[in-house]
Amino acid sequence: MTDLTKLTIAQALDGLKKKEFSAVELTKDYISQMEKNKYTNAYVLETPEVALKQAEISDKKYADNTPGSLEGIPMGIKDLFCTKGIRTTACSHILDGFVPQYESTVTQKLLDAGISVLGKLNMDEFAMGGSNETSYYGPVVNPWKAKNSSADLVPGGSSGGSAAAVAAQMCAGATATDTGGSIRQPSAFCGVTGIKPTYGRCSRYGIVAFASSLDQAGPIGKDVRDCAILLKTMSGHDDKDSTSARVEVPDFEKFLGQNIKGMRIGIPKEYRVDGLNKEVEKYWDEGIAMLKARGAEIVDISLPHTKYALPTYYIIAPAEASANLARYDGIRYGLRVNGEHLDNLYINTRSEGFGKEVKRRIMMGTYVLSAGYYDAYYLKAQKVRRKIVEDFQAAFEKCDLILTPTAPTPAFPIGDKSMQENPITMWLNDVFTVSISLAGLPAMSLPIGLTSDGLPLGLQVIGKAFDEGDVFKVASALEEDAKFEGVM
Amino acid sequence: MTAMIIETEKNKWEVICGLEIHCQIVSNSKMFSGASTEYGAEPNHNVSFIDAGMPGMLPTLNEECVRQAIKTGLGLNAKINKYSEFSRKNYFYADLPQGYQITQFQYPLVGEGSLEVETEDGSRRTIGIERIHIEQDAGKSIHDLDPSMTFVDLNRAGVGLMEIVTKADFRSPEEAGEFLRKLRSIVRYLGTCDGNMDEGSMRCDVNVSVRKVGETSFRPRSEMKNVNSVRFVMQAIESEAKRHVEVYENGGTIEQETRQFDPASGTSKLMRKKEFAHDYRYFPEPDLLPLVLTDEYIENIKKEMVELPDAKKARFINELGITPYDAMVLCENREVAEFFEKAAAGHDAKKVANWMMGDFFALLNKDGLSIHESPISAENLGKLVDLITKGVINGKTAKDVFEMMAESGVSPEKIVEEKGLKQVTDTAAIEAIIDKIIADNPANVEAYRNGKTGLMGWFVGQVMKASGGKANPAVVNGLLQSRLS
Repeated sequence: MTDLTKLTIAQALDGLKKKEFSAVELTKDYISQMEKNKYTNAYVLETPEVALKQAEISDKKYADNTPGSLEGIPMGIKDLFCTKGIRTTACSHILDGFVPQYESTVTQKLLDAGISVLGKLNMDEFAMGGSNETSYYGPVVNPWKAKNSSADLVPGGSSGGSAAAVAAQMCAGATATDTGGSIRQPSAFCGVTGIKPTYGRCSRYGIVAFASSLDQAGPIGKDVRDCAILLKTMSGHDDKDSTSARVEVPDFEKFLGQNIKGMRIGIPKEYRVDGLNKEVEKYWDEGIAMLKARGAEIVDISLPHTKYALPTYYIIAPAEASANLARYDGIRYGLRVNGEHLDNLYINTRSEGFGKEVKRRIMMGTYVLSAGYYDAYYLKAQKVRRKIVEDFQAAFEKCDLILTPTAPTPAFPIGDKSMQENPITMWLNDVFTVSISLAGLPAMSLPIGLTSDGLPLGLQVIGKAFDEGDVFKVASALEEDAKFEGVM
Repeated sequence: MTAMIIETEKNKWEVICGLEIHCQIVSNSKMFSGASTEYGAEPNHNVSFIDAGMPGMLPTLNEECVRQAIKTGLGLNAKINKYSEFSRKNYFYADLPQGYQITQFQYPLVGEGSLEVETEDGSRRTIGIERIHIEQDAGKSIHDLDPSMTFVDLNRAGVGLMEIVTKADFRSPEEAGEFLRKLRSIVRYLGTCDGNMDEGSMRCDVNVSVRKVGETSFRPRSEMKNVNSVRFVMQAIESEAKRHVEVYENGGTIEQETRQFDPASGTSKLMRKKEFAHDYRYFPEPDLLPLVLTDEYIENIKKEMVELPDAKKARFINELGITPYDAMVLCENREVAEFFEKAAAGHDAKKVANWMMGDFFALLNKDGLSIHESPISAENLGKLVDLITKGVINGKTAKDVFEMMAESGVSPEKIVEEKGLKQVTDTAAIEAIIDKIIADNPANVEAYRNGKTGLMGWFVGQVMKASGGKANPAVVNGLLQSRLS
């Protein structure tokens, strides 16, 4: 029998319905693939016994003709999603041994649709990072290697485990989250497809919070169609999240393959920065040419506040994080390092429990909210955020979608010295993604081709708020033309 | 109302005070979670994952708390803000699971309002309300169960609070005391807070400063946290004002600081100087949308407002003819006022008021009963008064009937009927008794007729006694006078 892990979710669902193979067989193939690719360190917790039990139930449902929409699909879950009875740590030492007694809304929806859970996926600690190197459980190794090099590359971050696991066929699809690029950048680095939907599209209930006004869940999948299938199930209003939107969830799949003739595609001039990686630029131009060839209209647009997006993001996100992470105090769950007095308990627990990058952001966030600095930093950042939102509103008067590269470079080696020494170099990875997060817009990253070194690059398709449909439409056209071949 | 002036050899000092009152909102569930707010449950029984600050948990606003705060705002003649926002107030403490309190900062739900207070001398002053914002309560840290450990009870964590902030309008402890009593009466009328300061469902922070009479700006104030009774609030204001004066008179300065009032010693001690004040790093709560209300929403709440004590008092005085003092006492508590109104319906309201202020309250006090627990129903109290008014029983018998009603809960007519307590107005029957008493006591008759008229009381008493208390005293008096003269 062929390796079932090669199948997309759409193909696997088809095969399961036709009883060509069972959910247990499909799950077992993924479990052996997880064994084979353990070197990636994509999983921080493997739950094959859970997955197999769920797969058995799925097979019964297929036998009874009552399967759910994702019945029997084995998935990996980013460790930021709380999973009932399954350890959830956000890849932080401070959540050692934390087993939630509740399920996040997004994973509950997936479970209700019939998925089986292969395990919890590695990520940057509390989703803070762009290379998966801040994880307490160690970095993830990108399944891709540069030609003629054995150097281990980062998978991107923070959803590095999700992207690597999908790329290495260690799950059929993965949940991920994106605060400033955490779905899109790792998708680009690993040659897979991921979408950050509009802020409010998916419930944040049960997802360990990093920056509440930016965090959004989304899927990473093998192709555009799989993302459409997964996102449909993950989306929808939730009474338990006041910021989740009361909007209809369309059948995203129906947008795939639709004619894009006459659609206006915006190309923001501010993204064509000096010194932009030549190969990144080349593929961007190729993507533009593909859409043009299909009859889309290419429009030059301007997003004048783009250059302020990164500093704005690195004020707002840490500010919110500094409060969101205050609950990890050693009192009720997770790590506790005792001290003589309460203050010592806090200091000891948080000093030992948080990694360097998380501490850096808590300190920055605390600083920008402090008396005397609030107006100069936080308030100003909020004003700039509004300007960025307005930039996009103005741009979308002229175009229907925006096309940009996802990241300024391909995947880089683990332990890259310049990034380790200067965190700002690392933060620059987010330069093409953070504005979209600040504006709350939907954006998808899909692989467009390989560099001369043989590493994948991604393009980013940005849509209007709650217009994921058009994003899927254009992404599916690009996907068809790019004919990208996966790693395995 | 006279302001409190502290006079020294050199100066006259005026007392300035403002209050911040935390009122626990009456609601079935907590402000941002579905957990119960029931008081007195087992420790950590009423705690949801949200209240415990578990990872990934999100607050959702309990609309009931918003309605309750709006009602309170309307009761304090305050402006309801159609746009308000929640903020996070950041600080670490073991009983604050999220590491921040969700409160309102820049945009509170309720804006400026006012409340008129009246002190015993009858003078009135209007106290300004600065704002009312809503926020969540913290849990409780219990330090005295173990020498080396602190226990944390999160039952209270997340219960809704209204923080009512007054302007610095108080000029005497009495005004502050009256304000608190009146506020408590209003929130109880509205059912928005149970007002029990001893249970901590109403807690008061007291800001005090002094200035020389004639000065127009304020001097630095001290804030005394969590003073938990009206009396202690008044004591705290007085003692703190005196302390300020003493410091100033001795050439010292007062700096803004937080203090703790100790009711046992009647003095306050320093908790925190200004430079050690927390930096709470307020910022808008990103987990909750701004609260936007429509005019219609506010109007609908206005329609649900009950008659408040001042309006009720005026109506009792004007329509039922009871005295202002009785009206004030009867209206302090909504249940009492409603009981009174029910009892007075169709009967002599003044007499009903007298009975309530006298025997009825004495009965409740004696047995420590609330009005709900009264063995005598409002209807029966009204009927009792009616029996007196109509001359069916006399006042003395009424007191006995009242006692029996208190014991059995039975209606007064039934008691009077069964025990045969109807007043005797039949002159023939009374005359027969009088004749017998005159015949049996010739010496006293003689003495009376010789001018010892003070004996009349003795004769009346004898007749009443012989009649078993049932004789109509007016009739007895008349007959005795004619027979003895």
